[in-house]
Amino acid sequence: MQMPEPNPAILARKAEIVAALRAVLPGDAVIDAVSETRAYECDALAAYRCAPLAVVLPSSTEEVAAALRVCHAMGVPVVPRGSGTSLAGGAMPSADAVVLGVARMAEVLEVDYANRLIRVQAGRTNLSVTGAVESDGFFYAPDPSSQLACAIAGNVAMNSGGAHCLKYGVTTNNLLGVRMVLMDGTIVDLGGGHLDAGGLDLLGVVCGSEGQLGVVTEATLRILPKPEGARPVLMGFDRSEVAGECVSAIIKAGILPVAIEFMDRPCIRATEAFAKAGYPDCEALLIVEVEGSETEIAEQLAVIMAIARAHNPVELREAADEGQAKRIWLGRKSAFGAMGQINDYMCLDGTIPVSQLSYVLKRIGEMSRAVGLDVGNVFHAGDGNMHPLILYNANTPGDLERCEALGADILKLCVEVGGCLTGEHGVGIEKRDLMGVQFAPDDLDIQMAVKDVFDPAWLLNPAKVFPLASSAARRAA
Amino acid sequence: MNMEQVTDEAGLAALIASREAPLRIVGGGTRGMVAGNAEPLSVAGLTGVTLYEPGAMTLVVRAGTALAEVERVLDAEGQRLAFEPADWRGLLGTSGAPTIGGVVAGNISGPRRVAVGACRDFLLGVRFVDGRGRVIKNGGRVMKNVTGYDLVKLMAGSWGTLGVLTEVSFKVLAKPATEATLIRRGVTAAEGVAALTVGLGTPYDVTGAAWSGGAALLRIEGMAGSVTYRRDALARLLGAGWDAAEGADSAALWRDVRDVTPFAGRAGVVWRVSVKPTDGPRVLAALGDPEAVLDWGGGLCWLLMPEGADVRAALAPFGGHATRIRGHDPAPVFQPEPAPVAALSARLRAEFDPKGLFNPGLMT
Ligand SMILES: Cc1cc2nc3c(=O)[nH]c(=O)nc-3n(C[C@H](O)[C@H](O)[C@H](O)COP(=O)(O)OP(=O)(O)OC[C@H]3O[C@@H](n4cnc5c(N)ncnc54)[C@H](O)[C@@H]3O)c2cc1C
Repeated sequence: MQMPEPNPAILARKAEIVAALRAVLPGDAVIDAVSETRAYECDALAAYRCAPLAVVLPSSTEEVAAALRVCHAMGVPVVPRGSGTSLAGGAMPSADAVVLGVARMAEVLEVDYANRLIRVQAGRTNLSVTGAVESDGFFYAPDPSSQLACAIAGNVAMNSGGAHCLKYGVTTNNLLGVRMVLMDGTIVDLGGGHLDAGGLDLLGVVCGSEGQLGVVTEATLRILPKPEGARPVLMGFDRSEVAGECVSAIIKAGILPVAIEFMDRPCIRATEAFAKAGYPDCEALLIVEVEGSETEIAEQLAVIMAIARAHNPVELREAADEGQAKRIWLGRKSAFGAMGQINDYMCLDGTIPVSQLSYVLKRIGEMSRAVGLDVGNVFHAGDGNMHPLILYNANTPGDLERCEALGADILKLCVEVGGCLTGEHGVGIEKRDLMGVQFAPDDLDIQMAVKDVFDPAWLLNPAKVFPLASSAARRAA
Repeated sequence: MNMEQVTDEAGLAALIASREAPLRIVGGGTRGMVAGNAEPLSVAGLTGVTLYEPGAMTLVVRAGTALAEVERVLDAEGQRLAFEPADWRGLLGTSGAPTIGGVVAGNISGPRRVAVGACRDFLLGVRFVDGRGRVIKNGGRVMKNVTGYDLVKLMAGSWGTLGVLTEVSFKVLAKPATEATLIRRGVTAAEGVAALTVGLGTPYDVTGAAWSGGAALLRIEGMAGSVTYRRDALARLLGAGWDAAEGADSAALWRDVRDVTPFAGRAGVVWRVSVKPTDGPRVLAALGDPEAVLDWGGGLCWLLMPEGADVRAALAPFGGHATRIRGHDPAPVFQPEPAPVAALSARLRAEFDPKGLFNPGLMT
């Protein structure tokens, strides 16, 4: 992975820059010792690392603004960071950049049940947002698998999704407002407790902008009353086409489950060996979950079970109680861990039209055999967001490169059939140089023009999202 | 006056690339708003469904296609646009056929917005021609997509000031089997919104929460057994005094809320105010309780006001914003933004439309 050469003039001024940051921030909020900045050298795309110039950990919006003003004045790039769980290298620093982490800003600022919203500081973890309201029967819907660790800051920046987004949407659909600091230190409020924008929907652009437009310090989030209950069913099929048809049939019947998850045989076998959830050994497995009261669950499941039966499943299992429900989810939830037991893996995140499911799975199988690397598929089938896991061995020379090449080919396939490079993980550094596959130069140019507006000097997370060659002139200006 | 017409995207791009004088972008011309004396440019010729896959809940359609046509195509498969776009012809006294591009340009979202999201939340992708005459695509046709910046949201609700939409794609949803509405007549706005708040705070998936004509309305949709269960559970919680309307009777009530029918043909300035739901009745009180329809649990206030009433001054303590939808008034149509936000919006407009061609002055 290519990163731009660090600016030697900035590296040479390190002491001066750190001193200027110390002058505006509390002593323990500026870290420059090499032994301590190492903790910030990568995110969850751990194959790529680089220690930053320094790290700042402000405790308030005003401190964020002060730090940004210093960096702006001195021309120093800034990489915003939440919890560092990005799988795309979004939070990976460069040697000439200051990492600005918001982890010390984790307070709940306001809970308003009557208006069904919560306002939090951006460093608060996703799960602890729900944690703050669940005893009163509410929850925050977007639930990335990393929710124990990842911060709302990163969720907003990546527009993260989760297992239940088929019904509840992703971050952008549950975000009402942000307080954000621009690179020059200006503090802006976008949105709030009301439900729509009064002018241009800037909030909509900021969500998913991967830390390139401003540093988000607070977020107002929609919270929802918890459903009365939920129940999964498990279905096994001997062909993935049939599983795909079953998904379509459920959707066409007018049922909107909260989740439809898919696993293929390599994934099923790996999870069975690891978690022993009692999954059938078949070509394709679906977990479909519906919510509501007992009556409603029964009503929806009757339709779903009838559709499943019409597709000749090799296995069809409705959870009879909480314990069985847990077992049905057990394998799915341990799928990533199970694959990790076998080997190192790279997790892709392309989205495809649901109608292309079986074709894409077939092609991935062929490509995987041709390269000689195993691929397991586990993903959100209702919305076509695939997560092919390519297994490789980091200790075998050349394996990572072969894995990345296969990954790129799979993502190109996703775009070819009408989908996109990333459904929820973001572009970061990982998919940056594939952007030309999905977008024409004009499509990218107007996106970069949006960055020009928010961050004219291209100091915020500059070497991400756009192909380095496309952004070179702007970054140099 | 002349009306520029286009029938394909390439023709539109060529026209804009060489254009120097401002244009007023017109779809069906039913949503008022775009006044001024710039030459109109009609995009109603860009029509047709490009792709519809009911099993994938995806519809791609050219921007000039009539909303009625879109609804007919979806209805044939038992699906719909879940955000419930309004028809403003009665409210504004306009004629013509609303287009899907106009719906997107105005982010027009009806009562169901409070539960499932706005037009912008169901919009998966756009194609548009920017002010340099370049054809731009953003988003796509799949339901999850974080590839690059989300200009889809930016285009929704930009009222044609950033570019001319040529094609839009949506996530569509199944029509529910049935619906029911609980009604409590003869309540004040404050009493009504208090009841709506109770309803929206339950797990019963309320998909409409409005106060109109002195009545509080709560809607439930879904499969028959489920609607009965939730209607009864909600009624028990709300206590005595509530009636129920079912099926078509229920649907008619929500059409009236959606289209603000009570204001149709009435004299006065129509304001659309967006606040935190519980602030709705407070805004009304601050304005001396004008005639109003409250939707979105109280957060969307439709106000019928005399000319010159300072709605924005009354609104200031609450935050939110007010847009003038109909009638003459010295106040600007859109809510003035705080300086740093206004500066960002202005610079975005300059990037998207450097020649200042599109609906100049509308949103500023
Ligand atoms: C095991 C595992 C499972 C995962 N599962 C999912 C999943 O199910 N769904 C999903 O969508 N993602 C998933 N992810 C990816 C990741 O968790 C998300 O992208 C998450 O939102 C990142 O949050 P973070 O706080 O860790 O952000 P970071 O990794 O710290 O940063 C992510 C991006 O946000 C920017 N950023 C951070 N803070 C700010 C700020 N204050 N202002 C502006 N920009 C900022 C960064 O610059 C970077 O570009 C998973 C990751 C792991 C490791």
